[in-house]
Amino acid sequence: MSTAITHDEAHHEDHRPSGILRWVTTTNHKDIGTLYLVFSLIMLFVGGIMALMIRAELFEPGLQFMDPVFFNSLVTMHGLVMIFGAIMPGFVGLANWQIPMMVGAPDMALPRMNNWSFWLLPFAFALLLSTFFMKGGAPAGGWTMYPPLILQTGDAFPFLVFAVHLMGISSVMGAINIIATILNMRAPTMSLMKMPMFVWTWLITAFLLIAVMPVLAGAVTMLLTDKYFGTSFFNAAGGGDPVLFQHIFWFFGHPEVYIMILPAFGIISEIIPTFSRKPLFGYSSMVYATASIAFLSFIVWGHHMFTVGMPLAGLLFFMYSTMLIAVPTGVKVFNWTATMWRGSLSFETPMLFAVAFVVLFTIGGFSGLMLAIVPADFQYHNTYFVVAHFHYVLVTGAMFAIVAAVYYWLPKWTGRMYDETLGKWHFWLSTIFVNVLYFPMHFLGLAGMPRRIPDYALQFTGFNQVATIGAFGFGFSQLLFVYIVYKAAHSGEKATDRVWEGAHGLEWTLPSPAPYHSFSTAPTVE
Amino acid sequence: MLISKIKNAGAGLLAAVLLGASGTANADWGMNLPKGATVISHDVYDLHMMVIWICVVIGIGVFGAIFISVLMHRKSKGAVAAQFHESTTVEIIWTIVPFVILVGMAIPASKVLIAESDTANSDLTVKVTGYQWKWHYDYPSEGISFFSTLSTPTDEIYNDAPKDKHYLREVDHPLVLPIHKKIRFLITANDVIHAWWVPAFAIQADAIPGYEHVVWTEIEKPGIYRGQCAMICGRGHAFMPIVVVAKTDADFKKWVAEQKAGTATAAVAETAAVAKTWTKDELVAKGKQVYDANCAACHQPTGSGVPGTFPPIAAGKPFSASAAMMQHLTERGFLKDGKIVMGPVKHHIETVLKGIPGTAMPAWGPQLSDVDIASVITYERNAFGNHTGDVVQPSEVKAAR
Repeated sequence: MSTAITHDEAHHEDHRPSGILRWVTTTNHKDIGTLYLVFSLIMLFVGGIMALMIRAELFEPGLQFMDPVFFNSLVTMHGLVMIFGAIMPGFVGLANWQIPMMVGAPDMALPRMNNWSFWLLPFAFALLLSTFFMKGGAPAGGWTMYPPLILQTGDAFPFLVFAVHLMGISSVMGAINIIATILNMRAPTMSLMKMPMFVWTWLITAFLLIAVMPVLAGAVTMLLTDKYFGTSFFNAAGGGDPVLFQHIFWFFGHPEVYIMILPAFGIISEIIPTFSRKPLFGYSSMVYATASIAFLSFIVWGHHMFTVGMPLAGLLFFMYSTMLIAVPTGVKVFNWTATMWRGSLSFETPMLFAVAFVVLFTIGGFSGLMLAIVPADFQYHNTYFVVAHFHYVLVTGAMFAIVAAVYYWLPKWTGRMYDETLGKWHFWLSTIFVNVLYFPMHFLGLAGMPRRIPDYALQFTGFNQVATIGAFGFGFSQLLFVYIVYKAAHSGEKATDRVWEGAHGLEWTLPSPAPYHSFSTAPTVE
Repeated sequence: MLISKIKNAGAGLLAAVLLGASGTANADWGMNLPKGATVISHDVYDLHMMVIWICVVIGIGVFGAIFISVLMHRKSKGAVAAQFHESTTVEIIWTIVPFVILVGMAIPASKVLIAESDTANSDLTVKVTGYQWKWHYDYPSEGISFFSTLSTPTDEIYNDAPKDKHYLREVDHPLVLPIHKKIRFLITANDVIHAWWVPAFAIQADAIPGYEHVVWTEIEKPGIYRGQCAMICGRGHAFMPIVVVAKTDADFKKWVAEQKAGTATAAVAETAAVAKTWTKDELVAKGKQVYDANCAACHQPTGSGVPGTFPPIAAGKPFSASAAMMQHLTERGFLKDGKIVMGPVKHHIETVLKGIPGTAMPAWGPQLSDVDIASVITYERNAFGNHTGDVVQPSEVKAAR
């Protein structure tokens, strides 16, 4: 096999600048993957601090710590930072690290573009976060940026638009790179239907990104011209249509939701078979289910707009198409369950997070199904029920999957094991507190508390206090994660090449840590 | 019922464990949708419960299988992995069975939705308009219209006074509706998007500028129903509640008659008030009320504004904000050397009447009367340390419209 050769070459082909310049100029998929993951972690804490400020204000009724305008800015920026700064770069970082190793390639197909697509992000977020210090404050109209409200933003407005443009360019380039790598650089013996699920889900995700990021760019550009160049795309008084923005935004926004969950499905489909010591149940149906979900994601956007006053036919269409998503998603959950069934299970930290993912993501799926029922949605819409729903799919879904992936592949990246006891502590603290945080939000929403409010009627006090306690517990538990990763990278025990007893796949045939240029000759897939 | 008791006990226990016994006296731990006060809201409640129970049953099945695996099929218990990994039959079954269940949910949901969409043959029409941050109600056939504004005092919001039972869910003029009548709402907005939401009616309808969103309800019993704006709409989003008082038809007719008489008297009084020359003291006293109800949310009760966003009213305070705001203030003489100054009366009237485009300062012309605007401007020019001595008469505002 190629292991020896790669190992050898790693020694004499490693001419790279040292220090900071190494990271600025790097075109290596592992370095860029690390940059993405570190950036994602920093943004997780930036967005997390905003979330804790929100939860602190909501601990009691009345205005305690901040003006409602600043509260609205926090809500808006928390959403933008977590979606575009934490979750998406987290998955791109994993793709960078893993896809070349999993398809048997030496690196990504377009390494220079890879460097640029990462380095746009710090600038995009510098622009975005700098708006906190601008006249008129940071954007405060919600991450969905609905006009006319968002047009009341002060000097921050063009910075918001350009930051979104930069994030979009970064994502599209990242996606092109991933598609090019998967389609052109696979080991010759790896047919499409032999690709690991993580690679499959990212291939489909990358097409979604290319399809919808330009739509978002178009929408925010129209906002920009409405504000500064006298157009009236969304201005009713000028013959425009505020609802048009919502259609365009959610045509981007719904596939965006799947961009943030499909790679998570891929990760879980890698981890569960490894720790069940049993192949993934229904591999081909998993591939078809992923593709079906991706297709459906383009025809369900109207469910974000059930309360705008759509015609009956529109409501019925979007209700039925949304409910249909439950079918392929259900297939995935059933397949994971069947993979575990009669396996030989062990519960290292990645597996714990993966099992929690299946259970908690499914709870988010149930509330999603409830939200699809239009007459009931009129009661759930824009309430904490929705907040609970999308945090179950994005935190205990997407974020848990990223954390599971980091524990799973960290020994391959660093050559060292993390501390299993601390990993288990991290898991249990996170899982308990995350439910204390989000589960009561279902009740708040059903009892009638709208989202995005800095102050609330007295009957909502109890569950808000519970949620705030959960938020601080969950937030501080993540410091443990940073410590575990740091400790593993510096002083963990030496990892074996295969790392996990039940692991299959090309990345486990490489040494730990993996050589700088993963595979310089194509490996053979059985 | 038993289940809800267990749930409430569970929630109470959770709270007791987490919080101790203190500090939660106000919370009622509501956990579910209200059953509501209309036929549609009962249907919606039933749909909601049906879907919850279906989810619970599926959840028990799936999570049960996972937990059995987790407990029984452990390597540490000597479990040896089976090697099965695909079955087309099984895949087909768990594609078709969920599909059939979904059809079973879609049928009743569609029926309720179709009923909700039938807005024809209404007995009464009410036009609802969202403003930043209050609701306006208009009964076109009765000739009644009024604004409905939060009546919770600022002191309660800033924790300087104990909070009322209906904190943030109380208004000065509630919407009054008859029971057992089909009421059609035409919902729109004046500035940004709002959403009119009364859970007891199962109505949540976005109020969008340039749109007329039509929904209907038929209330079953008299009572007071509370809700609030559900769509983020700026600083006052949490502070624009909806209070509906439902009355029997006879009581409603009485209320309409009173309102009509009141409106007629008020119109005469308003004409007289505009024509009359007011003293400065009268204007300042009235102006304070108007200011506290409408302006204090942003410009603050002390006139100090919010740095970067809402200009102070007090002259001499430094201020800077977005370009649109700065340009307006500078051009009209309200800003010199980075400080707020009392610009000309003419521009003060214009700014209050028309607002500042591209900022959160709304046009108050359609919302406030000539007397209100004259008095609030007089108040602003003679309070918070401003001593211009200017008096603005309602007739001047009328002329400026």
